[in-house]
Amino acid sequence: MAELERYFLLFLGALLVYNILLIRFIALCSFFGISNRMETSIGMGLAVIFVMTISSAVSWVLWRYVLVPLKVGEFLYIPVFIVVIAALVQLEEMAIRKASPPLYKAMGIYLPLITTNCAVLAAATESVKPGFLKLNIAYHYSFLEAIVYTLGVALGYTIVIIMFAAIRERIDVAPVPESFKGYPIAFITAALMSLAFTGFANLFGL
Amino acid sequence: MANMREVWEDFKNGLILENPLLRLMIGLCSALAVSTRVENGIFLGIGATFVLVCSNIMISALRKVIPDQVRIPIFIVVIASFVTIVDLTMRAYFPAIYARLGVWVPLIVVNCIVLGRAEAFASKYPVVRSAADGLGMGIGYIGLLVVMGVIRELFGTGKILLFDKTVISLGTVFQPPTIMILFPGAFLVFGFLMAFLNWIQNRG
Repeated sequence: MAELERYFLLFLGALLVYNILLIRFIALCSFFGISNRMETSIGMGLAVIFVMTISSAVSWVLWRYVLVPLKVGEFLYIPVFIVVIAALVQLEEMAIRKASPPLYKAMGIYLPLITTNCAVLAAATESVKPGFLKLNIAYHYSFLEAIVYTLGVALGYTIVIIMFAAIRERIDVAPVPESFKGYPIAFITAALMSLAFTGFANLFGL
Repeated sequence: MANMREVWEDFKNGLILENPLLRLMIGLCSALAVSTRVENGIFLGIGATFVLVCSNIMISALRKVIPDQVRIPIFIVVIASFVTIVDLTMRAYFPAIYARLGVWVPLIVVNCIVLGRAEAFASKYPVVRSAADGLGMGIGYIGLLVVMGVIRELFGTGKILLFDKTVISLGTVFQPPTIMILFPGAFLVFGFLMAFLNWIQNRG
């Protein structure tokens, strides 16, 4: 039972309390760049869930069974993880182009840019070196914990970007002061959303 | 031989005209997250500038040998190597600041500015111009980090600390609104900065 509770807390913590976009400011480029349309936001969210979960799993295995035994983890983890992510993104790009050309067109430049979507590297790094969410228990995540954590992060990203896209579609038709048109008002909106998310702090003592 | 005028233009571009944060809207994440203190901004900015200049030089020098299809992975590996240098150096010499910056140092790898400039500039232009471009972009980045840091630290905590010394203090009369150093403050300050810039442009 305690085991299940820990997974639940880990998931919720990654999803809401330390939301990757609004609380930790990771992956904001795509957050502002792609969220002006609902459809692309959903596509991007799905792409991130896919790439992030697989890349975290692969990085965790590489870290535990290759990098640590060879004692090169400390100075090789950045290049190794980023190459894993770049390769996965390439695979996914091919898969989506084949499966759904309209979605591929809609996501445009942002699909290859998932490589530089900081969220993916951050999640991969944190699944081997937990930073924010230690839960005061084990310092190292087990394989399952790493997956649950990454899923929480990825879902948190998807939910927030979809909410943000919905709000921005409404703002497009609202009267906004001249100087605030476009990005500035989007930032103010994000500030208010972030303020709401700070309300989750200390939820279940996280 | 690249002429001086061109090099100067490339350098100047990054400062305001094509400022990576305000104009190109890239590299935002780190800028918003670390700007709670001026000091953090300066250190991360210097690290990122080092990576930008070095990777621009390296990629520009190699641009004729890198095959087009695999250029992105190659760029990333070049960038990752320089980031590792920054990561280890900072951890060795400035452990306190490294601890505060946390995951942001390794995340310079995926800072869109670095890869963006490699792809858009360094892979097309000669070494000297690429170095100038990297330096200009880097200084533009540091500049904005410092401006954001000053606003947020000064109004969020009432004073500015540099190397544990108080540089400016607003005195005890001023009750600092904590929202400025909390997460929403970053979005607010940045939104207003952009609106201010738009306002100046529209007026002129």
